[in-house]
Amino acid sequence: MATLRDIRRRIRSVQSTQKITRAMKLVAAAKLRRAQERILSARPYATKMTELLGNLAADAGPEAHPLLEQRAGPRRHIVIITSDKGLAGAFNSNILRRSLEFIRESIATELTLVVVGRKARDFYRRRQWRIKKEMIGFWDRLAYSHACELADAFMEQYQAGEVDEVHLIYNEFRSVAVQRAVRQQILPIARAAALPAEGQPAPSADYLYEPSLAAILDGLLPRHIRTQVYRALMESLAGEYGARMTAMEAATRNAKEMIEILTIQYNKARQEKIMKELLDIVGGAEALRQGAG
Amino acid sequence: MALQLELATPTRLVVSEEVDEVVAPGIEGYFGVWPGHAAFLTTLGAGELSSRRGQQVRYLAVAGGFAEVRNDKVVILADAAEQPEEIDRERAERARQRAEQRLSGRSQDAVDFARAAAALARALARLQVSSRAAG
Repeated sequence: MATLRDIRRRIRSVQSTQKITRAMKLVAAAKLRRAQERILSARPYATKMTELLGNLAADAGPEAHPLLEQRAGPRRHIVIITSDKGLAGAFNSNILRRSLEFIRESIATELTLVVVGRKARDFYRRRQWRIKKEMIGFWDRLAYSHACELADAFMEQYQAGEVDEVHLIYNEFRSVAVQRAVRQQILPIARAAALPAEGQPAPSADYLYEPSLAAILDGLLPRHIRTQVYRALMESLAGEYGARMTAMEAATRNAKEMIEILTIQYNKARQEKIMKELLDIVGGAEALRQGAG
Repeated sequence: MALQLELATPTRLVVSEEVDEVVAPGIEGYFGVWPGHAAFLTTLGAGELSSRRGQQVRYLAVAGGFAEVRNDKVVILADAAEQPEEIDRERAERARQRAEQRLSGRSQDAVDFARAAAALARALARLQVSSRAAG
């Protein structure tokens, strides 16, 4: 049986934990709002880029640019995006599980890994995987340039013929409470994603190209990839804050329940103690009275 | 009849408005767009983007990206775009000096040279646009 002092100590400890989780929840909520705004403000560019690619469909064949070329090679390049910090529920473990599954599926092929975020790095380093590139500690100041750094590295390898496919695995931001681990093949650019399928009446805009279609694709396609990587990074960041907010909210609630239970225990123990003292006094008084009588 | 001008960078939508005329820095020189322009797609250099609505002309510094003209809509996807009042003149000035120094140096390979030339073009565009705001 815990003594009164033990229970009091536990209540205090749970209370201070609750203070921390509540503060973390508030911070995550504020950061989440900013992250969501960034996703929204980046959307016009991405939408227009996709439209533009669609308009080029009629004129651009698969041989028009190396990034469109479908190679049936076995070498896969996997970019795994996690956060640096934990305390975000299943946010990172979902991604890590998803990536392991995907790695297992691609068992016959040659794999290279790029890890983004400390959690993925630590996870694959522990498993002795060879990590081609890691990006860590940039989440607080995530900028478009980070997406460029990441995208340019794998595009270079792709164009040098070192890898045949590039996949992203990241958390998609569905809503504040829901993130989904998704895998997206980013290279070669899937025809369906960028350009409508062949045979379909693609809208020919009949552009005048300056300087040339090839030069424009040369500029457009890498930017398209960078934009997609940027979006994946921003979704992951917003998802991280959403997950942390939800996790900390649950933790705060659990702490509250625990405090309630402990308080009841404390009151019971206190009552028992008073009762015992009372009985002692009554018992003593009774004994005195009988002795006197 | 008017043109719809939309200017976006990877991080934000900078301009979305109706205008009467646009002049933009294409890779092969400045080009002007009036309503009824043919469908046109070009890569952008660094320079000054001006748009006129009635008597009012506004200027923006843009660098890199694409411009699409189609059905009286001008869509500009720039790598960077700034309003005159957003430009940090001192920073642009420093960038200009740095680029000029690099260009005047001798032991340059082609890539460095091209990069410095592009940096110079960006700096000059910013300075030009920002002096529009002052003037």
